[in-house]
Amino acid sequence: MITVIQPGLYTTVQDRGRFGFYGVGFPPSGSMDLYSSAVANILVGNPANAAVLETTFVGPTLEFERNGRIAVTGATADITIDGVSIQPWTIVEIKKGQVLAFGGISAGVRNYLAISGGIGVQPVMGSRSTYVASNLGGVEGRALLPGDRLEVLADSESRTNRNRFEIPEYLRVSPMPHHVIRIVPGLCNYLLDPQSQQLLTAETFTVSTEANRTGYRLTGHQLSFIEREQPFGAGSDPSNVVNLGYPVGSLQAPSGTELICLMRDAVTGGGYATLATVISVDLDILAQMKFPETVLFETISMEAALQLRAERGKRLQSLVELIDAVT
Amino acid sequence: MNTYTEFVDGAQASFGGDEFIFVEVATDMDLEATLRVIALTDSVAAAEISGVTDICPAHVSYMLRVDPDIRDPRDLLPILAEIHKQKAKDSKLTIGSRIIEMPILYQDPWSHEVLMRFRDRHQDPTSTDLDYCSRINGFSSAPEFIHAHSSRLHIATFVGFMPGNAECYQLVPSEMQLQAPKYVRPRTDTPDRALGFGGAFSTIYPVQGAGGFQLLGRCAAPVYETKKPFGPFEHSTVLPKGGDIFQYRSIEMAEYEDIRSRVEAGTYQYRIGILEFDLSQFREDPTGYPLTLVEALP
Repeated sequence: MITVIQPGLYTTVQDRGRFGFYGVGFPPSGSMDLYSSAVANILVGNPANAAVLETTFVGPTLEFERNGRIAVTGATADITIDGVSIQPWTIVEIKKGQVLAFGGISAGVRNYLAISGGIGVQPVMGSRSTYVASNLGGVEGRALLPGDRLEVLADSESRTNRNRFEIPEYLRVSPMPHHVIRIVPGLCNYLLDPQSQQLLTAETFTVSTEANRTGYRLTGHQLSFIEREQPFGAGSDPSNVVNLGYPVGSLQAPSGTELICLMRDAVTGGGYATLATVISVDLDILAQMKFPETVLFETISMEAALQLRAERGKRLQSLVELIDAVT
Repeated sequence: MNTYTEFVDGAQASFGGDEFIFVEVATDMDLEATLRVIALTDSVAAAEISGVTDICPAHVSYMLRVDPDIRDPRDLLPILAEIHKQKAKDSKLTIGSRIIEMPILYQDPWSHEVLMRFRDRHQDPTSTDLDYCSRINGFSSAPEFIHAHSSRLHIATFVGFMPGNAECYQLVPSEMQLQAPKYVRPRTDTPDRALGFGGAFSTIYPVQGAGGFQLLGRCAAPVYETKKPFGPFEHSTVLPKGGDIFQYRSIEMAEYEDIRSRVEAGTYQYRIGILEFDLSQFREDPTGYPLTLVEALP
C-alpha cells in the first residue's frame, strides 16, 4: 500500500490505455507521454502495461508501506525520499515507512512514477487508466486526493541489485521550450485553403494555457477554409463538418481561430474538420510542453511516421537489454 | 504516396497519424450513407483483421484504430478497398436494429434552471430553448413542437463523442425535419439525461457537463450507467448502439418520479424491441413505415 499525503496538482493512475471502446465514445486515456511511462516500468521490472502515476506540474507526496523499487521519468523535477534528493531515470530502492516527495519542475510537465509490481487499482474495461470525464478507472475515476490508499501489486521481479544502473542520456527525454512536431496530413485536410495549408507548417504555434489531457490549444495564426456550400447537417461555419470520428493527436481549428490537438482523454468525435494528425512518437513530446512554449509542425509521410515509431520500440528494447546486462 | 486513397464506391480514405485510418463515405448527412457505414464497419468487424483495436462508425464516415506494432496500417487499405467493392455491389439497405422507448419529461425544471442560467450564450436570450425551437420551426406553441419531436421515431446515426452519447436523426419526410442551431457559445453545464437538440440531431446527455445543444427536456432513464449494472447495463455501461431507433415518449412529472425511483432501485425495465430497419421502405413511405416499427416494442 501507498498512502497519499499530498496528491499534487493533478495526479492520476495511467497505463497504456483502454482499447476496444473508442467506437462507443471512450477515448483511450493512458499515459500522455507513453515513452517515459514505458521507461519507468522497464526500470522497475514491470510489464509494459503496468499502471503508473502521472503527475502534472506538481507531483504528490507519498508514504510507502512496503519495500520496493521505484523509477521516476518524464519531466525534470526535484524528487526526494525522506528529504534526500534522488535521481530520476534510474532505479531507486524505497523502504517501508519512507516518504517520496516531488518538488518543482524545471522542464516538461508530467512525471511518471513506476513502482515495482505496478499500481493495483481495479481495471475497468481492460485498463487501469483514469478517465475523469466519465469517472472511470484509476482511483474512483478521479485524480488522487489526500488520504487515498493505493494498492501495489505483488512484485514478480527477483533481481534486486539494479540500483546502480543509470539510463544513458540518449534514452532519456529532454523537454525543451521549442520542438518540431511531426504530422501526417489527411482526414479533412482538403477543406483547408492552400495558403493555410502552407501556414500550418511554415509558422510556429504557441502552446496556450489551455493544454491538458483532453486537448492542447495552440495559438498564433488564423487559418481559413475553402469556400463551399456547407453539407447538409454540418453547421454553418466553414470549419464545420457532419460529426465524425477524431483520432487521438488530430488537429482541428474551430472557426480557424486556434488549433486544438486532441490528446488521450479527448472526445471521440465531433463537428470540426480534422486537418492532420500528430504522429504517436511526437505526441509524447507535445505532452511535455506548456505555455508559452512553441512548436513548428512538419509534414512527414506515413512511412517515416512508422519508421520513427519502430525506432522508439527499438530504443525501449535496447533499454531492456542494457538492464539485463548489468543485473 | 498520395494523402487520399479513393475506393471504387467513391469513399475517400486517409491516415490519422500512424494509428488511425479515416474513411469518409459521404460529406452530407444522408441516411443511406449512414446505413452503408454500418454495413461497411460490420464487415470490417466480421473480417477480424489483426491489429485493428477499434472500429468507430460515425454518421457518414468511419474510423479504425490500428496497433502499428502488430499491423502496418498501410496493409489495411487493400483490405478495405475490397470490402468497399463488395458492399458497392450490395444494394441491400437494411440493418438489424432495436427500438428503445425513452421516457422524456419535456420542459423539465432541471434543464429549465440550467438554460435560464446560460441565456447570455443563446441566440434568443429572452426566450426559452423550447420556445425558440418551436418558433424557428414554424410552430405556434411549444406543445406542438414537443408533439412533432416525440410522436416520430429517431435513429442513432453516430454513437460517440462521450460514452453513452448517441446523435439521432428523426425518421420523418424531409419537409418535416426539425432543425436548430447549437448555442452561440457552449454552456459549461448540462444536467445528466437532458434531452438536447442541435443541427438535425437529438441526443440524451449521458453525464452532467458542458454542451451546446438546445435543451428540450430530461429523460427519466439513463443512457450511461457505471454503478448499477441493471437491465441493459449488465453487459455494457452504455445503452445506445449505432442504428438503434428511439421513441421519445412524452411523460408527466408523476411518471418521471416513478421511473426515477425504479431506476434507483435497479428495477426499471427498458422497453426494447428487436427489428430490421429497411431504408427503401422508409423512403417509399416515410410517414407510415416508421409507425410499423413501433409494433416491435414489447
